[in-house]
Amino acid sequence: MTVVTLVLVLMVLAALWASMSTLLLRATIALALSSAMLSVVMFSLGATLAAVIELSVCAGLISVVFVSVISLTQRRPFKEIVVRWRSRLTRFWPLPVVMLAVGIGLSFVHTPVQIALPLPGPDGDVREVMWNLRQLDLFGQILILLAGVFGVMVLFKREEKHVD
Amino acid sequence: MSVVVLLLPFLALFILNLLSREAQKSGWIPCLVIFALQTLAAALYPSGLIDWQLLAPLEKFIGFPLVIDNLSLLLMGTAGLSGLAAILVARAAFATPRATYRFSNLLLVALVGMNGIAMVRDLFSLYVFIEVTSVAAFILVAMRDDKASFEGTWKYLILSTVASVFMLVGIAFFLLGTGGVSFQDAASALAAPTPLVWIAGALFLCGLFVKSAMIPFHGWLADAYTEAAAPVSVFLAGIVTKATGIFALMRLLPMLPVAAGPAREVALIVGAVAAVGGAFLALTQSDMKRMLAYSSLSQMGYIVMALGGEPSLALIAAGVHFFNHTVSKAGLFANAAALEDRLGTRDMDRMGGLASRMPITGGTSTVAALSISGLPPLAGFWSKLLIVIALWRAGQQVFAVIAILTSLVTLAYFLSLQRRVFFGTVLDEWKAVREAGPGYTIPAVALAAITVIVGLGFPFFLPLLLGGGL
Repeated sequence: MTVVTLVLVLMVLAALWASMSTLLLRATIALALSSAMLSVVMFSLGATLAAVIELSVCAGLISVVFVSVISLTQRRPFKEIVVRWRSRLTRFWPLPVVMLAVGIGLSFVHTPVQIALPLPGPDGDVREVMWNLRQLDLFGQILILLAGVFGVMVLFKREEKHVD
Repeated sequence: MSVVVLLLPFLALFILNLLSREAQKSGWIPCLVIFALQTLAAALYPSGLIDWQLLAPLEKFIGFPLVIDNLSLLLMGTAGLSGLAAILVARAAFATPRATYRFSNLLLVALVGMNGIAMVRDLFSLYVFIEVTSVAAFILVAMRDDKASFEGTWKYLILSTVASVFMLVGIAFFLLGTGGVSFQDAASALAAPTPLVWIAGALFLCGLFVKSAMIPFHGWLADAYTEAAAPVSVFLAGIVTKATGIFALMRLLPMLPVAAGPAREVALIVGAVAAVGGAFLALTQSDMKRMLAYSSLSQMGYIVMALGGEPSLALIAAGVHFFNHTVSKAGLFANAAALEDRLGTRDMDRMGGLASRMPITGGTSTVAALSISGLPPLAGFWSKLLIVIALWRAGQQVFAVIAILTSLVTLAYFLSLQRRVFFGTVLDEWKAVREAGPGYTIPAVALAAITVIVGLGFPFFLPLLLGGGL
């Protein structure tokens, strides 16, 4: 087993933990771990810039934002957490089992279609790409951020409730 | 014009947010003006009445790679019309001017997103603008601020994210396989496809089918349309789902070379399943908005099915049905909003005889329902006729027959709606009910009038469409 395979397995396990956890804080930590593992895979594939962004933004910044928001919430009583955890296990236990079965099953399949993936090119100058080649997409990203800001205003500002 | 339609709503968004809190209460007015201007510009653009060359230096300075063609104008015009109807309904439906102001902001974000979708020529930019529109739509659905609307948003968000993953992986494979992500690169690559390009095309297509809520990925559609606030439903059902899924299919499928023929067959099958499945799901509903939501699914299936028709007619048939369905369905959702406002319920089994109490709502609802059912001489008849001819000419007689038979099911559920809601004797409970306010009736009447005018004038419009193409 290569290091990349091991990291990929750990990434999937962390992602499973994130989706199965009943505690928001643990789910956030698991998500950050999953992102960190992904950035290791990206480093090993030579996509340095993507790895840096994944590590700093997805594993770092977003986790900080999540933790700050979670710190504003109230913790559920321990009994309720146990009840929810049991209920979630009862409903979703097939998820990891199916994932593992599919993974193991696929490892035995020798696909007749050989897809030769070209190697990624060297990282271009990110400034050239963002400011000259993909200006329009940058404008789109600004709009997505704006939509997010309006989302916060619509959903979290409580001075008046909209009812139609 | 391309840069203006992208930047004008964007600038309006900034100006709206710089206004004082008191002035923001009238923020819906500039928003209404922008939607009206866009509709007008899209209608007048082909006539050459306005010299858009004056804007050429601005477009050169900004340098966005955007192109306007007749298909772009179709989306921009229908987006303008849906937005106008949604703002008028919002004025009547939202309890506070602040809510209308916030709704207007999100509507402008969605408008920029849709204008981007209409004009881009690159798969990645298309994805970015689809996401812009989708994010605005998620928040719009959640605006009602209750458990049901959050559930609708949740389902919409999750399935939309699945679609985004498909699309992104598809784009990445296109980039690896062809070295570019422009529509032209993708079309050229699909002319002599490698396995990687095949997978890329299939993944991107799957993503668009999920975004279009095609069966079996339709679960979010009914919840989102039903549980959203009334003006949001008008906008969502009118244009948003079509812009984020169906329009992209209309843009991309006709560009595919003959080698990608299976994509058209997939469109035929997926479209037929959605048309038939949506119609039967609508037949069993008692919640009016839910019935209209499934009806939308069925009609979007028609549009997708049309894309598998004879190439010279397929896009025109799909485009005309795209327009007709937007107009009629936005009108029907405005009617549903009026009924919910007056009766406080959407349950059709509790209604009856309301045509005598709400004649404008009843009349416009009948026009829209008959048009979608494909009854002559209304607009929907012509688009369904074009779809059937396109399918027949392509040698797809089975699908043409499916289209005709599904129209009968459509007529059946709409007649059931009319009978349960508007016909018969009015129940004692509703004897004091009066017609809804102008916020509901003006858009419904305007949209019904467009349906009638397009229907009666279609023999005159058709040569223009066939000559100019889409």
